[in-house]
Amino acid sequence: MRHKLRSLLTIVGIAIAILAFGMIRTVIAIWYSGIEASSPNRLIIRNSVSLIFPLPIAYREAILAVPGVSEVTYAQWFGGIYIDEKHSQFPQLAVDAATWFSVVPENRVSEAEMAAFLRERNAAIVGVQLVRRFGWKVGDVVRMRSMIFPGDWDFVIRGIYTGAKKTTDETSFFFHWRYLDEQVRRLQPWSAGNVGWYAVKIADPDRAASISEAIDRRFKNSLAETRTETEQAFVQGFISMSDTILIALRIVSIVIVGVILAVLSNTMAMTARERLSEYALLKTLGFRARHLVLLIAGESLLIALIGGAAGIALIGPTVDGFGAVMMRTVGAMFPVLGVSAATRTVSLLMALGVGLAAAIFPAWRAATLRIVTGLRRIG
Amino acid sequence: MITIPLSYSLRNLWTRRLTTVLTAGGIALVIFVFAAVLMLAYGLEKTLVATGSDDNAIVIRKGSQSEMMSLVDRAAVNVIRTQPEIAADPEGKPLAAAEAVVLISMPKRGTGQEAHVQTRGIAPESLAMRPQVKLAAGRLFRPGLSEVIVGAAAERRFEGIGLGRTIRFAMRDWTVVGLFEAEGSGFESEIWLDSQQLLQAFRRPVFSSVTVRLSGPSSFSSLKQRLEGDQRFNLEVKREKAFYADQSAMMAAFIRVLGLFVTVIFSLGAIIGAMITMYAAVANRTTEIGTLRALGFPRRSILLAFLIESLFLSLLGGSVGLVLASLLQNMTVSTTNFSTFSELAFRFALSPPIVMESIAFALIMGILGGFLPAVRAARQNILHSLRAV
Repeated sequence: MRHKLRSLLTIVGIAIAILAFGMIRTVIAIWYSGIEASSPNRLIIRNSVSLIFPLPIAYREAILAVPGVSEVTYAQWFGGIYIDEKHSQFPQLAVDAATWFSVVPENRVSEAEMAAFLRERNAAIVGVQLVRRFGWKVGDVVRMRSMIFPGDWDFVIRGIYTGAKKTTDETSFFFHWRYLDEQVRRLQPWSAGNVGWYAVKIADPDRAASISEAIDRRFKNSLAETRTETEQAFVQGFISMSDTILIALRIVSIVIVGVILAVLSNTMAMTARERLSEYALLKTLGFRARHLVLLIAGESLLIALIGGAAGIALIGPTVDGFGAVMMRTVGAMFPVLGVSAATRTVSLLMALGVGLAAAIFPAWRAATLRIVTGLRRIG
Repeated sequence: MITIPLSYSLRNLWTRRLTTVLTAGGIALVIFVFAAVLMLAYGLEKTLVATGSDDNAIVIRKGSQSEMMSLVDRAAVNVIRTQPEIAADPEGKPLAAAEAVVLISMPKRGTGQEAHVQTRGIAPESLAMRPQVKLAAGRLFRPGLSEVIVGAAAERRFEGIGLGRTIRFAMRDWTVVGLFEAEGSGFESEIWLDSQQLLQAFRRPVFSSVTVRLSGPSSFSSLKQRLEGDQRFNLEVKREKAFYADQSAMMAAFIRVLGLFVTVIFSLGAIIGAMITMYAAVANRTTEIGTLRALGFPRRSILLAFLIESLFLSLLGGSVGLVLASLLQNMTVSTTNFSTFSELAFRFALSPPIVMESIAFALIMGILGGFLPAVRAARQNILHSLRAV
């Protein structure tokens, strides 16, 4: 600890690297948060060609008749533009008002607000994070255009929902599918009577596979064949579409380990080089090689640990800052998740590993040092 | 001012090889990531810009970001085809191609995970208006048959769409009769077929877009004015190049923000690495600096010598990082473009501005890391330095 400045700089360097590492891991975790939020007793039914193709509303009754299905609801992607594109990166869904919130109970709405929502044709229920972002309140009228449906649309906010779990999305905008369909029937009649996908509640999650099969068999060889999968598989499919980005992020996080290793090894190498004569002296005094190894490894570990701890403490605020920048530039909303215990543990282990690895070379040099060589060396 | 020769700074780096390599290595990694991120975003933009042509304009429904969302009905198509600003082919027919675009989900090679392929029903005029598209194998589909041709990039990424295979969608089996290339543009990630067949199969009455060849440079604004002002339809006219380039905007911004956020944090680490190295370089050479000062070198020269040493260090690291990043250019990546919701293949692309930015970034890291230590070196007292053992 003779070089206060150097040790401090090294600690800051490690803290920053651990911070970057932890941040990337947290961002990846946010990506995957949808999987955790999905429920095992829900199936999603979509058109087998792709998500952009709709399913007829008439399928509802037929799906309900499949054994094992206890409840059915449906939704349609609205593709709304609120103010401009940057403000619109949140899901707007036209849903079956009567059933949606009972099939998806994680979206919690008070009974009074639910009743108000059901009463009005153009009522909407919005996520609490969305309300915070735009400063909305119950009773506000929100005007949107749609990229998919013609015209201007006015919605009245009648309720605000919160998520039951930490991972539940709180950025959605729900309104009546019936309202959407009435307008579409008027303006674009050939595409009326369609829904984007069905969500099905099943009583027994263990039978998910056989129920899915039964549903798909029911609509085989029709114009709109279906693809039924668990909600988890459905979300996973979405995530895998951007897996290239996730892989790139993972590579970067490995590169970061390389950088901290370089910084810390450098410090330890320099320290050891400067102290070669001291090590020789210690050896002359009777200290064994293993004492020197412990000395060097201890110092390296200490530096790595302090740096690591500081970095981990900073991950949370940095991810929040990143979320804010993303919202300003791209308009994407990041759910607030916090930093997981796993990320903290992995980051800490990484700091330890780097601390040890950085000590190997200097320790080996000190241990194998010939006393004469060390003493002969000048400064 | 007497300057200390450059070789002094250079040889110092050589004397302390391990430290130099470690520090430069840190900087190299930062520059590698920095350049790779910019190359990725630029490659995406380049691919989509190349998809459009300066001579063409595209007519879509107002507010649609992608053709997949746009709807143009037959009445509108007929009106668009008769506009005077549209160039004609040698036989006098207008060069206007009404196309229908849908997404079809298919399993990707390797993972088997599904992603969307943009599938385009093209008009007889489409090929003449897109000279970059060339058949690489097989033949063109025949009108009236359930046949498709597949873009080379799509064929590489997706399972079961090679030449001779059949794809099933919309209750029909479609045979792949040809593969096409399109000079690395976005079309290469698509499947093409006869628009009439596509509309029939999906029982769909409307097209997605109409691409037109403009007769002259001034035709765009008058065409835009007339079509957008037409109260019967709800249309928007864009230059084809701008339309496709816009589809890269969101994704490119996302890559840049994410990447730059990481690199900035990351570069702080490298700056600190450089700082540690330079402080040590100063501390080890106290006597040497004292001697230099006694010899008559002014403080400024010493400051400069150490700053140059640090700049060399960062330049070395920056160059190595950039060379490594340039190797990425041979790599094709493919991911779902958020704006179109479909899979798009593109390459890492290096441009002169990216090279300049990376080197500038490396030098800034060198200056920031080297300045404080250099100041310390320059401010040393001659007597104290000489006395130090």
